[in-house]
Amino acid sequence: MKFVDEYRRSDLAQGLLRRIHQNSTRKARFMEFCGGHTVSILKHGIRQLLPPTIEMLSGPGCPVCVTDNSDLDKAIALAKLPGIILTTFGDMLKVPGSRSSLQEVKADGANVRIVYSTMDALQIARGNPAMSVVFLGIGFETTAPTVAASILQAEQEEIKNYYVLCLHKLCPPVIKALLDSGEVKLSGLICPGHVSAIIGSKPWEFIARDYGLPCVVSGFEPLDVLQGIDMLVAQIESGEAKVEIAYRRGVHPEGNCAALKLVDKVFEACPARWRGIGVVPNSGLKFRREFERFDAELAFEFDPGPTSEAKGCICGDILRGVKTPPECKLFAKVCTPERPIGPCMVSSEGSCAAHFLYGATYE
Amino acid sequence: MSDKILLAHGSGGKLAHELVERSFLQAFSNPLLTRLDDSATFDFSGRLAFTTDSYVVNPIFFPGGDIGKLAVCGTVNDLAMAGAIPLYLSLSFIIEEGLSQEDLTQIVSSVQKAAKEAEVQIITGDTKVVNRESADRLFINTAGVGIVPEGVDISGHNAKPGDKVILSGTIGDHGIAVLSQREGLSFSTQLQSDCAPLGKLVAEMLEISHQIHCLRDPTRGGLATSLNELATQSKVGIKIEEEKIPVREEVSAACEMLGFDPLYVANEGKLVAIVAHEDAEAVLNKMRQNIYGKNAAIIGEVRQKHPDRVVMRTGLGASRIVDMLVGDLLPRIC
Repeated sequence: MKFVDEYRRSDLAQGLLRRIHQNSTRKARFMEFCGGHTVSILKHGIRQLLPPTIEMLSGPGCPVCVTDNSDLDKAIALAKLPGIILTTFGDMLKVPGSRSSLQEVKADGANVRIVYSTMDALQIARGNPAMSVVFLGIGFETTAPTVAASILQAEQEEIKNYYVLCLHKLCPPVIKALLDSGEVKLSGLICPGHVSAIIGSKPWEFIARDYGLPCVVSGFEPLDVLQGIDMLVAQIESGEAKVEIAYRRGVHPEGNCAALKLVDKVFEACPARWRGIGVVPNSGLKFRREFERFDAELAFEFDPGPTSEAKGCICGDILRGVKTPPECKLFAKVCTPERPIGPCMVSSEGSCAAHFLYGATYE
Repeated sequence: MSDKILLAHGSGGKLAHELVERSFLQAFSNPLLTRLDDSATFDFSGRLAFTTDSYVVNPIFFPGGDIGKLAVCGTVNDLAMAGAIPLYLSLSFIIEEGLSQEDLTQIVSSVQKAAKEAEVQIITGDTKVVNRESADRLFINTAGVGIVPEGVDISGHNAKPGDKVILSGTIGDHGIAVLSQREGLSFSTQLQSDCAPLGKLVAEMLEISHQIHCLRDPTRGGLATSLNELATQSKVGIKIEEEKIPVREEVSAACEMLGFDPLYVANEGKLVAIVAHEDAEAVLNKMRQNIYGKNAAIIGEVRQKHPDRVVMRTGLGASRIVDMLVGDLLPRIC
């Protein structure tokens, strides 16, 4: 398949791997921020092929996983209200909140529908004028522009029954919070590919400048990831720390200005609560005042109830990179993709699910 | 007469009789069916294979087929995977009131065509009509019987170390073709479901070799799930090569877009055969002469090592375990 096969070519991968093996002399621990990177690394078996000097650590880059139970409870409480159609990306359906999941309340009669785009949610609003249609706004800088576009479209068409529960999160502030905590010692970062397609590579420059860490923005195919690792190794070995792009076909240093404008028009930064990390300043998005009428949290009265966490689940530690999925006592025993305890086992980009599906190796 | 199916069509009364005569008897006419007794009766000798399946695919029409074709092929293929020659099917419709007569006629015509191609007869059936929202347009159940020829012993328990794993063609075509039509997800693709009856392909394979140990059609759960079932049943390990598995470009593209893995996407006209290594090439060549096996490939082998496990060599040369499908990839694709 064009634009995919080229980035999976075995001969080129072997060449990159040879170079990484030759160049890597210092011990290095790299965090791949994105769940998409974690999946690619495990699915293609990249970890097995790296030299023993290099350790890869999964980061918090899975939007489903970092959604806090208190926010999930809000979505579930909203879905249970009469007269509401809750629309969501499919990944959110099975994620357990404090007491229930969207899947369970759907089975009990709540009107929950899976959509693949915000425009589908808007279409459902057009087709069901007597209902209130709420879109569950989950995701990083990558999905926020599509939500902003749906809001502007709804405004233009005067669609009165469309709302968003805005749980969007921003990546650079949370990386700063992780680095400031000092919990995890890193030698470099594989920066998110699709987030950077929107925000560009410049917002990562503080990591190289203030923390002295090499950064490479990488794509998600095996060659992209290997190239990212190769470039990180080169920086480490030469004692440099700068931001480079190994994903030129997707990422421009300035980002996608049109998308950024859309987001800025509808939303402004606010503090946000991340699972396992806590409240991080300026790491969330909320509606600007002139768009507040689309805010589901303001438009409806609902009680999400008290928040509680699943006993023994260490998703929070895993998201911070402090622990790995196999270190969790529940992993693959009590907690499986069939019966997930924590969100990292649910999402297709979740670190636990990726380890469960692709992490087992043989010979 | 209304052009929609009404509750009365399932009442057992006059409308029901009209529906049976007009829609079903004409299409499926055969001596065993037209007697219209409560049971069809027939003689047979030898070992009987017997299977049943229900079909609830949504939407009921999809590129490359519809629920009627699927209901015949699915059950015929289950018989064929036992090495049986499919003979007779039962056909039960559960219809949601309001289904158009035109849709029903088209589906009945698909059943007839598929049955003709598969050389099976519909010899008994039933029709129920239920209230709106008690079903989703149309559900079909078919059961099938077939005769297992003498000397044929095919079972998921028979894989032996050294055997080769043959796949009859590209994977994921059905799942992605159906998905492309779903509400809220319609993407345009030239892709057709691979839905097809495989009885003849299996018969031709059996002509060439008496050492076909296992056959399985990788429907729901896809190739990965079928291989895991075989590894577990036979208590053997299976090693496959990612690069040997044929996948259409359209399927790859859709899977990339939707975050699916073709290994787990459903097929309705493919089979996996586990064949003694000395016969594998001959079976492969024979399969490639059949339209439903023209893209067949040897994708791996059975080993003593890692019993119960399917291991795949990735394109990059690493290896990883391929597990069964967990969770629900695509709801209601068959």
